[in-house]
Amino acid sequence: MLLNRIIPCLDVRDGRVVKGVRFEGLRDVGDPAELAAGYAADGADEIVLLDVTATIESRSAMLDTVAAVRRAIDVPFTVGGGIRTIEDAAAALTAGADRVAVNSAAVRRPELLTELADRFGTQCVVIAIDAARREPGRWEVAIGAGREWTGIDAVTWAQEATECGAGEVLLTSHDRDGTGAGYDLDLVSAVSSQVRTPVIASGGARVAADLESAFVAGASAALLAGVLHDRLTTIRDLRRALSALGRELRPC
Amino acid sequence: MTIDLPDIAIIDTGLSNLASVESACGRLGVGVRRISDPESIATADGVVLPGVGHFAEGMARLSALGLVEPIRFRIQLGRPTLAICLGMQLLAQGSDEAPGIAGLGVVAGRVRRLPPARIRPHLGWNLVTAAGPEPRPRFLVDDGAASFANGFALDAAPTGWATAWSDDHGPFVAAIERGAVLACQFHPEISGRWGATLLGRWMSCVLTESATCC
Repeated sequence: MLLNRIIPCLDVRDGRVVKGVRFEGLRDVGDPAELAAGYAADGADEIVLLDVTATIESRSAMLDTVAAVRRAIDVPFTVGGGIRTIEDAAAALTAGADRVAVNSAAVRRPELLTELADRFGTQCVVIAIDAARREPGRWEVAIGAGREWTGIDAVTWAQEATECGAGEVLLTSHDRDGTGAGYDLDLVSAVSSQVRTPVIASGGARVAADLESAFVAGASAALLAGVLHDRLTTIRDLRRALSALGRELRPC
Repeated sequence: MTIDLPDIAIIDTGLSNLASVESACGRLGVGVRRISDPESIATADGVVLPGVGHFAEGMARLSALGLVEPIRFRIQLGRPTLAICLGMQLLAQGSDEAPGIAGLGVVAGRVRRLPPARIRPHLGWNLVTAAGPEPRPRFLVDDGAASFANGFALDAAPTGWATAWSDDHGPFVAAIERGAVLACQFHPEISGRWGATLLGRWMSCVLTESATCC
């Protein structure tokens, strides 16, 4: 059976890892390759890197960062942020990503997911969804790094995106991002029950019980950023606590 | 007499992400060169056949580059070869993913769609059980966890190959080995320390074989 995964996320701007709250107030927290190597050595099951500037000028520098992280880690590596075309995806994969995450561009043109899946395989394509709770049981999709609201229902979009070719859903709660209030478990459960692909819970994790709750709610993987960067906890401590809670993780 | 570093070649069909394999070899202190010609497959001390994507496309690329016979010959001789993911599947006689398309046929058996499960593709970490005692394995000697990204796999142990297994709603073949040939359904290059150790064992075999045959 597939084992649940713990995934540190590196939000990268101008070659540095940054972190904010609800996508705002970004502050510098370190070097991407150094942080990634530390997390991988500590037992991270995968690394996600999101380019949070994603301007044309930053693109080639970002590929250098991707290559540096690739050299530093021996676990799977997903890269997202600003991937709009097959060529963007190919460049990220060539630089060392194992998978690419697509967000705004897929909302604007869902066929992009099919084109990426046809070219690289569904296992290579992650749909990243930023969602905010609007009323009980309804979440709205945001694009453009959380600045543009689309009116699209997040659960419906997750279904459509996976049917178009995405092999995994990276599901971020816009409300919980950077707050440490725990994952939006209703969102995790609503999406996990409606798609057949793995779902990565994201936004709000602080302690091991948050991760365990996300796994129980149906997530295959749990993503964290701020609490690790700020050393409020470590992957090693989270793994130990999850094992104590009876969760089987990969031996490492 | 001088002992040269082994010549390890990775087959570049234009379909695969080579950076993960190159990085993993780099961390072991071994350089690899990219090749896509038949001669290098015959001459290299070690050959890596990577692969992601569709079975039919993978075979089409190998055929177009004239690599089918050189790879088959190398594997039949048991020379150091590492096949990864789709690369492993291409060794079989065929695949449910591409009915009517013949594989390299150096491994008896057919690649099957994984049994249905709530979550597909089979994406992430899964446990791998070491190969049994017969035939005796030289690489797949310990249990561990490996990183997978597949929807298909061999569902039976091919005769003559030491076989390691995984399970996800039913058993499937995680890796096989014979002579100096190792084929992994998972990605050893991104399977943590366990994967690096497995790669290291194969690299060490390339070194030994290249030193003894020349």
